[in-house]
This record gives sequence, C-alpha cells and structure tokens, in this order.
Amino acid sequence: MTNLIALLSGLIFGLGLILGGMANPAKVLAFLDVAGAWDPSLALVMAGAAGVASLAFTAARRRDRSYLGAKMQIPASRLIDKRLVLGSLAFGIGWGMAGICPGPALVLLGSGSAKGMVFVGAMLLGMGVFAMLEKGRAGRRSGPVQTGDAQPVDRPDDSRARRKTGNE
Amino acid sequence: MFIDWNQFTPWSALVGGAMIGLAAALLVLFNGRIAGISGIVGGMFTRAKGDLGWRVAFVSGLVAAPLAWQFFQELPLIRIDASYAVLAAAGLIVGIGTRYGSGCTSGHGVCGISRGSPRSVVATLIFMSIGMLTVYLTRHVFQS
Repeated sequence: MTNLIALLSGLIFGLGLILGGMANPAKVLAFLDVAGAWDPSLALVMAGAAGVASLAFTAARRRDRSYLGAKMQIPASRLIDKRLVLGSLAFGIGWGMAGICPGPALVLLGSGSAKGMVFVGAMLLGMGVFAMLEKGRAGRRSGPVQTGDAQPVDRPDDSRARRKTGNE
Repeated sequence: MFIDWNQFTPWSALVGGAMIGLAAALLVLFNGRIAGISGIVGGMFTRAKGDLGWRVAFVSGLVAAPLAWQFFQELPLIRIDASYAVLAAAGLIVGIGTRYGSGCTSGHGVCGISRGSPRSVVATLIFMSIGMLTVYLTRHVFQS
C-alpha cells in the first residue's frame, strides 16, 4: 500500500511539474534570469506547493505514525553547516547552468528527451559517486570521535524517526 | 528587470504547484516520508533493500507523468538550450551538490519551507540566488 501511495505521489508530483511549467528548462531559466525578461511563474509554483504542503506538515507534526502506520521520518536537524551551504551552492550553479533540478529531470527522462537522459545519467553518476565517497568516509571514521564537519549529519531521508517536540 | 507578461502563467503555475504540494502531502501523511526528489533517488544508492520499493515506485510515477499527460493531451513545450557537454557537467554538479547539501528544490524548497525548517530556508535562499547569479553571468556577462 505504501508503494501504491508513493507511485501516486510521484505521478501527481510529475503532472504538477508539467502543468506548472517546471518541466520546461527554458521557463525555469526565465525565472532565474532576473536581469532579463523575467518570468515570475515559478515563484507561484513554489507558493502553491508550499501552501498545500504546509497544511499537511502541520497535521503530520502532531502524529507519531502515518495514516498507514509508517514511522514519521521528518528530519529534526536545525544545524546549518558547511555541507548544507556548499552543497546548496553547487546545486545552484548546476541548476543555473541547465535550468534543470532533480524532479523535472526525471520528468524530462520520461518525455523521451535525449538531453534529459544525458542530464539524468550525469546526475545519477554524481549521486552514485557521492554515495561511494560517503561510504569511504564512514569506513575511515574509526577511533576517536571527530569534531565539526566530520560528524554525520542527518539528511531529509535518513534522519531517525523522532517526533519533533521543541520549537517547531 | 522587467516582467515578461507574455510568458507569465500564474494560474497553471499555482495549480501545478498545488498538485506538487498535494503529492508531498500524500507522501508524508500516508508514508511518513519527505517528498525530496534528490533524497529519494540518492537514497537508492545507500539504503537497505527493504527501503528500496517505495523509492522505485515514486520515481516510476514521476517518470510516467509525461506519458500519462500525453494520454489526454499534448505535452507543453519543452526547450533545452544547453549543449550536451553543459548538461553532463550540470547534471554531475546537481547530483553531487544535492546530496552534499541534503536536498533540492523539492526537499528543501517545498517540503522544508512548508515545515519551517531553518536549514531548508537557508539552503533555498542559497541555491536560488546562486542559480540567478549563474544565469546572470552566463547570459549577461560572459555570453558568447
């Protein structure tokens, strides 16, 4: 059942990207081009998405388990560190170069675009290389606990299921 | 800066955005998961086997979206101006950057901002402004 929900969620997400115009890299770049002929549409995509999603997250925050009994895996970290800053910086450069971020990339793949396939192939390679490096890092991290950036940081997808109680 | 009113599509943008929000709502309320695309895809490389199914299902839905769309009507215009070399480089940077920074436009931009995560607000401000700076430099400063 959770797989069916995930499939449906992915499908609706993709249809939303197409309708919102985010699956067209030229339109995304027109949003990022504030010094040129600016197309503010993408800001409204973000606003529409955040408007609906914030209701869901408000409800989700009050629950320990999902409607289907799954663990609520919502990241709890509030840490703003080097990884977050440098990673977002790199992502911004890549996004500005092509006008493609991960979600639209997968929609482009499904549309049969050859250029989309090249982007997705390179993106998967990058993610795979990153996973390998992280594994190597974790392997070397033995002995005394390191400080600062060497500490593992939870990511949106692998934070422990913890009910957020504090200030949020 | 001037607004290109001919290209501005406020209503389809809002409705499309609401659908993205609905997708994120379904995933968190039923599955307890964040709809961050880079996290969902990147997690395929590191996760245990029991965790793979829903990721594959979500990505399948996303990839199938243009096919489902075409079932009812023609896809809207898709224009990719970047060369293959630029796309390969950009894809690589996006792949590594989103994993290192723990999220992309969906995970930080939509879900993170929706739940008021300060990390995500900072990440979104950074990638938005650097994306704009990159476009500014490539289009208005170093254009060939």
